[in-house]
Amino acid sequence: MNAIKHIGLVIFLIGLAIFSALPVLGTFHLNEASFNNIIKEKNIKSDVFINDIKSNIVGQDFKGMQAISPKISKALDNANETHIKNKEWNKKIYTKSSDMAALIGKKSANGFIATNKGLMWLLTFGLGIIGALMFILPNVILLGKKGIKNDGIYHESSTNRGWIGWMVFIFLVSFYLVLYFASEYATNWTLLVDPISEALSGNPAGHWFVYGFMYCVVMTVMAVRMYIKYRHNIYQVFRTTSVLFFQIVFAFIIPEIMVRLQMPYYDFKNAFPLDYDFFFQWNLKDLINNGGIGIFIMVWGIVLTLVIVPIMVYFFGKRWYCSWVCGCGGLAETLGDPYRQHSDKSLFAWKVERYLIHTVLLFVLTMTAMTLYSFFSETGTVLGIKTSTVQNIYSLVIGSIFAGVIGTGFYPIFGNRVWCRFGCPLAAYLGFVQRFKSRFRITTNGGQCISCGNCSTYCEQGIDVRAYAQKGENIVRSSCVGCGVCSAVCPRGVLKLENGPEIGRINPTEILLGNDVDLMDLVNKN
Amino acid sequence: MQEHIVIIGNGISGVTTARHIRKLSDKKITIVSAETEYFFSRTALMYIYMGHMKFEHTQPYENWFWDKNRIDLKKGYVKSIDTNSKTLHFVKGDSLKYDKLIIATGSKPNKFGWPGQDLEGVMGMYHKQDLDNLEKHTPNNKVCKRAVIVGGGLIGIELAEMLNSRNIPVTFLVREDSFWNGVLPEGESQMINKHIKNHHIDLRLSTNLKEIKSDDNGNVKSIIIEETGEEIPCNVVGLTAGVSPNIDFIKDSEIEIGRGVKVNRYLETNIPDVYAIGDCAEQHEPIGNRRPIEAVWYTGRMMGETLAQTICGNKTQYKPGHWFNSAKFLDIEYQTYGWVFAKPRENEAHFHWKHHKENICITVSYRKDTNMFLGINTFGIRMRHEIFDKWLTENRDMNYVMSYLKDANFDPEFYKAYENEILTQYNNTFNTNLAPRKKSWKRIFSKA
Repeated sequence: MNAIKHIGLVIFLIGLAIFSALPVLGTFHLNEASFNNIIKEKNIKSDVFINDIKSNIVGQDFKGMQAISPKISKALDNANETHIKNKEWNKKIYTKSSDMAALIGKKSANGFIATNKGLMWLLTFGLGIIGALMFILPNVILLGKKGIKNDGIYHESSTNRGWIGWMVFIFLVSFYLVLYFASEYATNWTLLVDPISEALSGNPAGHWFVYGFMYCVVMTVMAVRMYIKYRHNIYQVFRTTSVLFFQIVFAFIIPEIMVRLQMPYYDFKNAFPLDYDFFFQWNLKDLINNGGIGIFIMVWGIVLTLVIVPIMVYFFGKRWYCSWVCGCGGLAETLGDPYRQHSDKSLFAWKVERYLIHTVLLFVLTMTAMTLYSFFSETGTVLGIKTSTVQNIYSLVIGSIFAGVIGTGFYPIFGNRVWCRFGCPLAAYLGFVQRFKSRFRITTNGGQCISCGNCSTYCEQGIDVRAYAQKGENIVRSSCVGCGVCSAVCPRGVLKLENGPEIGRINPTEILLGNDVDLMDLVNKN
Repeated sequence: MQEHIVIIGNGISGVTTARHIRKLSDKKITIVSAETEYFFSRTALMYIYMGHMKFEHTQPYENWFWDKNRIDLKKGYVKSIDTNSKTLHFVKGDSLKYDKLIIATGSKPNKFGWPGQDLEGVMGMYHKQDLDNLEKHTPNNKVCKRAVIVGGGLIGIELAEMLNSRNIPVTFLVREDSFWNGVLPEGESQMINKHIKNHHIDLRLSTNLKEIKSDDNGNVKSIIIEETGEEIPCNVVGLTAGVSPNIDFIKDSEIEIGRGVKVNRYLETNIPDVYAIGDCAEQHEPIGNRRPIEAVWYTGRMMGETLAQTICGNKTQYKPGHWFNSAKFLDIEYQTYGWVFAKPRENEAHFHWKHHKENICITVSYRKDTNMFLGINTFGIRMRHEIFDKWLTENRDMNYVMSYLKDANFDPEFYKAYENEILTQYNNTFNTNLAPRKKSWKRIFSKA
């Protein structure tokens, strides 16, 4: 069994190595016809840029994106510089250089990778999946009888911020940096999944399709790990199945099919303000131009945030969204599960959490107010501040760096819910509802707590669960996403996630159940 | 000048007292400990060895907590207590004056004079130092080829689980003919026996230790079994044959001791202004069915809660409520509410239900004449403390408890429930025709 695991690990690492090398491999050859198509498609009017590309790139062979990309970005910069100097605003190109390079790269990729997409898929995704499953599946036997399987977590480099953890950190951060800021280097990855994208939406894959597909694959494989690890706990099995379903069907397949049906790309479960650009001008225009379905989406999006989400939080707590439905939560609960113990439980971290997450909520609300004002009054500025500047800052700082690079990249260091805990504005909103108007709580079972600390250690949201449990108090915290792991790891059956009447939900105590009843009455007076 | 309260021992009893005194008063508080600088949860030591947690995770309060709450911590080993001058003398020669003294020094592992019991590699599993010692002698199964555990109680099985987590072969010597059957009824004890063996632990029932043999360097080499004379080679011996009060340093003082520090219901010793709580305290008369010395986490905490009242002027008897306890036997969780004795006492009987396949069972104890519910042991099903506490207060009978058992279920959501199955067996056994009652939030939250 251990041999299978080790072979699986080697296979996985080979797949990962090939995948990681792809951004700098491959050959590119842009022919005149393809370039003319791009000019037409992008409506490029800059003769400087066109001539530059034609003389320096078209018809030549390039080895690797790193050879072609700088030339394209130089051509773009030169052209724009010239046009700005000459005040030829209509000729200026607004496409970002990395997007331009990605576009040209995609049309000009010609070597082994581009002609053997299926084989290359197998050598990357294929080996990765097979290797990972070979590594994970033997655990059915190796982990022994069902029960809590946390042996050795703090002895292993990968789960104790050792060198493996740091390597994973570097890989994840680099991956997100490529995805958000250097998408031209994802060109070869897009080739691998072109056949799948074409089958779904009819279009070749872009780098976001790669991300979406990879997201589903990673979640599925790591969900298998969850099923094995928590096989005694039906709540965990149910929850994992639920997030997996919503990710694959709602976040991945339905939007692609909608594109095929000439409808707008939309993830029906992605609620504002997590979906921060829902009210952006381009999106609203796009929805309005799409007629019936567009209007439906617009109404749905608003109803989802204002009605469905809070009502569901009232009945079930914010877990129904954060750990049964949400994509960010889904990745955190599958890929991130091995790192859940790294969330900081200190009081200081809690303070930082409250400042940060509520600042982000305020930011997104202000931005949206500005956006809507600009949209209806048809101005680009509010009180002298350009709306688009605010939107760009949010997209870059919160949407890309916080949610992506830090949110997922920092899994092995700060735990798996960095974004959900410190940044997600939707989580902040649901948190208010959960704290002040909800039936959900984690019930503490009388005086049974022995203060061992398993619950706090494995709380991914950094809640010091024990601080409440050892006082006999229920846990009613806005940040709790209801993953249920505190209850699972408790060796004494002290914690239970449940939805019950609001009365008695918050129960401050000083003296715990089991002591003198008179003393309890005396001290526990509310 | 504020009254100076000195607490010896920073376990759950001492720390609970200190916290509650601080809530109620402005007294000067000092906690003395030789074990660790800060309070940690003793019950969690096993999880450090198993890699579930690091030591810092076992500390329920952050390090700034003590300063902020003006609870002084003194690291030192008390050599003697002079109750006339109200002074503690430490091993290092320094001393500390107190106005009121609370002895909360807990327990130490029992040793019964076995030959070789002080060799290198022989250890208990109680203090932080025991954990460090265990880590030193049993880092893995290459250094420690086999460990022998002597004594089949709660610490014994935890130590077995710990060693098992690092794939170190374990031989587990239990004096009784079934695991912990002084406490657990037959069916439950048998189930645990099986469960231990399923984890590839070499469980030896009705087996006593004769001696521990040494190699040339004073390390453990093997043990000899009393009954058979068999020699089992091993590198480590865990002595887990119960604990007794950790009060050696009191023996020469004027404080009255028996097995523990003798206290009355107010947790006062024979010397004014000296109190004892937790594992090291011994009641003159047992309270109800409780033992005079209760070495249990929960009772230590309760004594702390109570004594703080007395210290702060509200003189309060230690009057614990209904008995409860919990433990975990490898993968099987155990909770108990009320009294279920291993063998039913006079006029008592047991109703036992066990799942046909899984390690899930309950034993309910009741009075034969009135059918009154006395207590329940549950294995593999979590139950609600509040509900049983209420039912015990209300003196509910068996028919009631069995019908309303769904109110008491505390398993996580979507778990399979067994109340109907349990009730069916109950109906069959007692020729009753009770119908299961649906879970009711109203009943669950109504106070007794």
